[in-house]
Amino acid sequence: MKKYLCFVLSLLAVLSLLTGCGSTSGENGEVIVFNWGEYIDPETLSLFEKETGIKVVYEEFDTNETMYPKVETGASAYDVICPSDYMIQKMIDNDLLAEINFDNIPNVKNIGEQYFEQSKEFDPENKYSVPYCFGTVGILYHKTMVSDPVESWSILWDEKYADNILMQDSVRDAFMVALKLNGYSMNTLDESQLQTAKNSLIEQKPLVQAYVIDQVRDKMIGDEAALGVIYSGEAIYTQRENESLEYVVPKEGTNVWIDSWVIPKNAPNKENAEKFIDFMCREDIALMNFEYITYSTPNVAAQALIEDEDIKNSKIAFPDLSQYENLETFQYLGSEGDDLYNSLWKEVKSE
Amino acid sequence: MKRNLLQKIYIALIFIFLYAPIVTLIVLSFNGSRTRAKWGGFTLKWYSALFQNRDIIQALFNTLLIALIASIVSTVIGTIACIAIMSLKKKSRAIIMGITNIPMINAEIVTGISLMLLFISLGLRFGLGTILLSHITFCIPYVILSVMPRMQQINPYTYEAALDLGAGPVYGFFKVVFPDILPGVLSGFLMAFTMSLDDFIITHFTKGAGVDTLSTKIYTEVKKGIKPEMYALSTIIFLTVLILLFLVNRVPAENQEKKGAL
Repeated sequence: MKKYLCFVLSLLAVLSLLTGCGSTSGENGEVIVFNWGEYIDPETLSLFEKETGIKVVYEEFDTNETMYPKVETGASAYDVICPSDYMIQKMIDNDLLAEINFDNIPNVKNIGEQYFEQSKEFDPENKYSVPYCFGTVGILYHKTMVSDPVESWSILWDEKYADNILMQDSVRDAFMVALKLNGYSMNTLDESQLQTAKNSLIEQKPLVQAYVIDQVRDKMIGDEAALGVIYSGEAIYTQRENESLEYVVPKEGTNVWIDSWVIPKNAPNKENAEKFIDFMCREDIALMNFEYITYSTPNVAAQALIEDEDIKNSKIAFPDLSQYENLETFQYLGSEGDDLYNSLWKEVKSE
Repeated sequence: MKRNLLQKIYIALIFIFLYAPIVTLIVLSFNGSRTRAKWGGFTLKWYSALFQNRDIIQALFNTLLIALIASIVSTVIGTIACIAIMSLKKKSRAIIMGITNIPMINAEIVTGISLMLLFISLGLRFGLGTILLSHITFCIPYVILSVMPRMQQINPYTYEAALDLGAGPVYGFFKVVFPDILPGVLSGFLMAFTMSLDDFIITHFTKGAGVDTLSTKIYTEVKKGIKPEMYALSTIIFLTVLILLFLVNRVPAENQEKKGAL
């Protein structure tokens, strides 16, 4: 019996140790970062800890939608978060974000002006967010399998490539393609425009090999399809693996997505959060992150430091946003807008 | 003869369906290229990368630690609960059993969210402690489920006889009742261990910043594609479980042989 008692007691001791160990922090406090999975070079975190004496508590999320309730309920308080465009807008609307004091972030000068300009679509006064990564959505095609010039979304409706087309399996991305094809805004709430887009998608459905998300990357590398809708960040990686792949931003315009650093209202260490964002904007750190993630960085100073000339001058990695027309960024459409899109998407998928 | 062949094909099909995904994963863990679409030659580099990745090893350690503590604590609590339930009247016993079964039938996401809300209202700091509490909570019903039938099979008079012969209640329990219900307790423990090991949803809602288990860690990699290090880790875990199962199944077989010889 004594043995069992000892056992339970030692268990309790371990338990109390475990709950206690969360409270150790660096000499200058801590900063709690909530970021996408695999979205930072871990080396930069150690450098930040070494230089500032601030301990980084790091957590990752997989989608904007799972991140949001965790911040909204306040289960854990975070200091810095990296959501995407439309989600930042939703967080601003619901009064979850704090205004950033840009005086504490001198390195913000490294971020190109055009990215702040693009950010105005979701953060109209550029008060709440600092761009971290961005990219476009376009068509990745196989040079030997596609004979026509690829310059328009309409090639995804060409019957020649039946069963060789990969579409994105997410509501907003799929509708973006169809809306842009018909010349509408991808943030539209106009019922008749959306019906037209829905009919286009239904018309396209027999030609589509599969609706997928991250398999586009692997399927295109493996020569399993001729055309696929893909994010530009993945395009660079797929080209490295398979040289006959080419990426194009269609002439009708497309989605420019931006993931930006924001500080929530209930951040316990706001000053450290600003130090963290400033550190991430430093050109050498941004360069390390770019090389690790391979998603385009809005950091112009970091871009100038890239040694590989091909990447440095790559139109895929660093498109000149002013050169394209009709570039848009996703906006939060409210719950009614989301419902409308979802019900139309269901009709497409069940057809 | 023909029927025999059909039986074999059927069994083979079942095994292919069950194990093809795992075999694919094992093969990919030796793939030199980062993408599944290309074979980049045989390599062991993901295995060495795995052991150098501090985050993954920390997540593995957390997972095992949580599973071990949660299953031990829930086994103790669950077994004690069974003793109490046994001494209840029939009607209240049925009610209590019904209540303990609800968390098992309930959708995990509901359990996860309600635990999260409870912890928020109690003002607890989210971290390893809250994950442990929730794992213990959802493991207890499984322990009760596997201990209870054993408990009902034992002869209540042996325990009373032990008491008549001068044993104290605790001494009597460990000498007479416990050996009889031990198989149930052990299987309850294993069940709790595996449930805790592969839980994702409840952990997701009750974890705090900076604490990850394997399942939550793998899940966050979805956006950028799962890293081959994870394939390597899954291969190691699969082989460990396979060897353990092999050993566990061998031991009783030997015992039975001995019994047969006697």
